[in-house]
Amino acid sequence: MCSTCGCNQPSDAVTIVKIGEAVAPDHTHANGHEHHHHHHGHHHHHHHSPDHHHAGEKTVLELEQDILQQNNLMAQRNRGFLEARNILGLNLVSSPGSGKTSLLEKTLALLNGQRKCYVIEGDQQTSNDAERIAATGAPVVQINTGKGCHLDSDMVHQAIRKLDPEADSLLFIENVGNLVCPALFDLGEGKRVVIISVTEGDDKPIKYPDMFHTADLCIINKTDLLPYVPFDVEKTKAYALQVNHHLEFIELSAHTGEGMDAWIHWLETALQPQD
Amino acid sequence: MHELSIVLSIIDIARNQARRAEAERVERIELDIGLLAGVEWDALDFAWKAAVPGTILADAERLVHRIPGRAKCLECGSTFDVQQLYDPCPNCSSPFNELLSGKELRVKALTVC
Repeated sequence: MCSTCGCNQPSDAVTIVKIGEAVAPDHTHANGHEHHHHHHGHHHHHHHSPDHHHAGEKTVLELEQDILQQNNLMAQRNRGFLEARNILGLNLVSSPGSGKTSLLEKTLALLNGQRKCYVIEGDQQTSNDAERIAATGAPVVQINTGKGCHLDSDMVHQAIRKLDPEADSLLFIENVGNLVCPALFDLGEGKRVVIISVTEGDDKPIKYPDMFHTADLCIINKTDLLPYVPFDVEKTKAYALQVNHHLEFIELSAHTGEGMDAWIHWLETALQPQD
Repeated sequence: MHELSIVLSIIDIARNQARRAEAERVERIELDIGLLAGVEWDALDFAWKAAVPGTILADAERLVHRIPGRAKCLECGSTFDVQQLYDPCPNCSSPFNELLSGKELRVKALTVC
């Protein structure tokens, strides 16, 4: 079957189209194989589509359309692009102040020279975080959402085009610091990572269950402060597992570097192409 | 306040569908919103009042079907109502369940004329 339009031409008539170039929807491909439409005596009946409407009439359109369909469609396009290049896209979500940017700085320093990394920074205002990341040498795009409380897949799409990340790399997407809104918006990431720090309440997973429900990995950051705060790591894990029993955990301190090796190992494992 | 994004998406859907149907206005819109969809009802209502005037939905009657959370226990197979994502099975207390409904976020139908 022809992979360009699904017709019954043989598959050796492959057409290779540069990514980003539009394929004209006519039935003549660039390499010259043509599609002939034979109408074997069957007649085409032109019905009015069910949503065709005559002015003045009242019509009920049964849609059953997902409200987030546009976001989900663009997210799947991002996902397909990243998968084709074997790029691991990571959506990093957390409350403000959990140490996402510090964790990223440390991660980029540790991966420097062994793995190409790209960063998309989401914040309402300023490019402060992007400047911190740029200082590590990683290509970075800052998205300022203005009043928006979350990134969406179209913003990420535009940022990916600007970055043009190479194959077998890591793409870190630091979402807007917010444990509520980003949960609903698929960006096309391969893995979603929720970060919680030990200076927060250990019942966060059941206070903000949506975010933990959709995450693949939970990083518990700032473990160097555990002796000074009443945070119960085991209790947090138990709460989080109630919400999402697939969730994995890594405890680390981006500040001291303790536990960072487990995180780097997790990234490398997740990047391996799945069978 | 992601509810504003949601209301803007609803307005886009209504506008596009009404245009396709060559309709002039939307008389009624029906939404399916799951109780576990992560949408705060008051915030959605607030965003609606702020965003809808001047759009095709300005005069539309809004009907919302709030869909309760239902889950199936992965241990004992019983189905039960859930108020929270982390509610355990009332039969065997297992926390492992599969959500059957409650995450809906859909435009169910539009009445146009």
